[in-house]
Amino acid sequence: MSRGGVPVLEGLSFVLEAGQALVLRGPNGSGKTTLIRTIAGLQPPLEGRVSGIEAVAYAGHQDGLKTSLDVVENLAFWAAVYGGGDVEAAMARFDLTDLRDRLAGNLSAGQKRRLGLARLLVTGRPVWVLDEPTVSLDTASVGLFADAVKAHLASGGAALMATHIDLGLPEARMLDVAPYKARPRARAEDEAFL
Amino acid sequence: MIALLTRDLRLAIRAGGGFGLGLAFFLIVVVLVPFGVGPETTLLARIAPGILWVGALLACLLSLDRIFALDWEDGSLDLLATAPLPMEGIVTVKAAAHWITTGLPLVLAAPALGLLLSLPGPGYLWLFLSLLIGTPALSVIGTFGAALTVGLKRGGLLLSLLVLPLYVPTLIFGAEVARRGADGLAVETPLLMLAGLSFGAVALLPFASAAVLRINLR
Repeated sequence: MSRGGVPVLEGLSFVLEAGQALVLRGPNGSGKTTLIRTIAGLQPPLEGRVSGIEAVAYAGHQDGLKTSLDVVENLAFWAAVYGGGDVEAAMARFDLTDLRDRLAGNLSAGQKRRLGLARLLVTGRPVWVLDEPTVSLDTASVGLFADAVKAHLASGGAALMATHIDLGLPEARMLDVAPYKARPRARAEDEAFL
Repeated sequence: MIALLTRDLRLAIRAGGGFGLGLAFFLIVVVLVPFGVGPETTLLARIAPGILWVGALLACLLSLDRIFALDWEDGSLDLLATAPLPMEGIVTVKAAAHWITTGLPLVLAAPALGLLLSLPGPGYLWLFLSLLIGTPALSVIGTFGAALTVGLKRGGLLLSLLVLPLYVPTLIFGAEVARRGADGLAVETPLLMLAGLSFGAVALLPFASAAVLRINLR
């Protein structure tokens, strides 16, 4: 798979089954985000395939919040797009109920991130694909997030995440992407026409 | 998709949403023209349809870069692209939201502003109709331009350069309908051309916009 026309990773293959978590590791710039965006369906792989894209709920570096909408409106929008998830339960899970009428623009960075993660619950999708989900979360919020992931796995979901901190998930497998770094290729593919 | 449309409309009317920007610009242009060309009503009446159409077009152009730029900046465009909505549907809803917040107010305000330019009596109906038929094409073509330039920092200049030539046919036939209507001539031919352009753009361009948006999101 490639980023900006440059091949980044190659020969990487894994299967994620229900109830499993896979944690991506690797130094900065090793291709974790590229892998995650490919799995989320935002870009096609140069070779190979990703199956099950339609089951993926993706959360990237940015939370995709609208600053002039309040917490409930932000979540209710995504719930409507994904066909009706439980907004109240998602807010309770990430301790956002007290902030429900606050505009997203007035939330702190950690609160915004919690709102972004609560979006995953209202999607109702079984496979969470997360890029650095714990950035700007405090210890208590990381605990909330770890609990949410555990509950999700216990209910038959799966999670793939790129993170550098230990969430204390006993069932998580580690995958270091560094050995799969792509060799430079002679011919650059024009990725616009893949 | 209804949820996306209501969200976009709600965002537009909230603080910082940019609703009324195009309308205010349109008002300013039309109010300033009589100061620029002098107060002769015969001259103003002759140029009124053209001024009103050019003003509406520029007002539309002003708000195009907001269509995708805001969603791109806060990451929600990525999330929308991975959501269970077809990309063609997303760009159609975005164009529709742009038309409702920008095009429709222009259409409704144009007859009132025609009064300021002493537009002749029969011209009001045709001005209103030509804008009503023509502005959806402006929004859809503009959405295509915005999709092409999404992700470019300060892409506004490139967007204008890309979109303006595509706007020319709509402007020619739209202003022709309004001018002929004001002069009491037959309007069928330019009106049919305008409607054809508009429906063609609405039918075909969402597919092109969706394709370039997919490429730009990689």
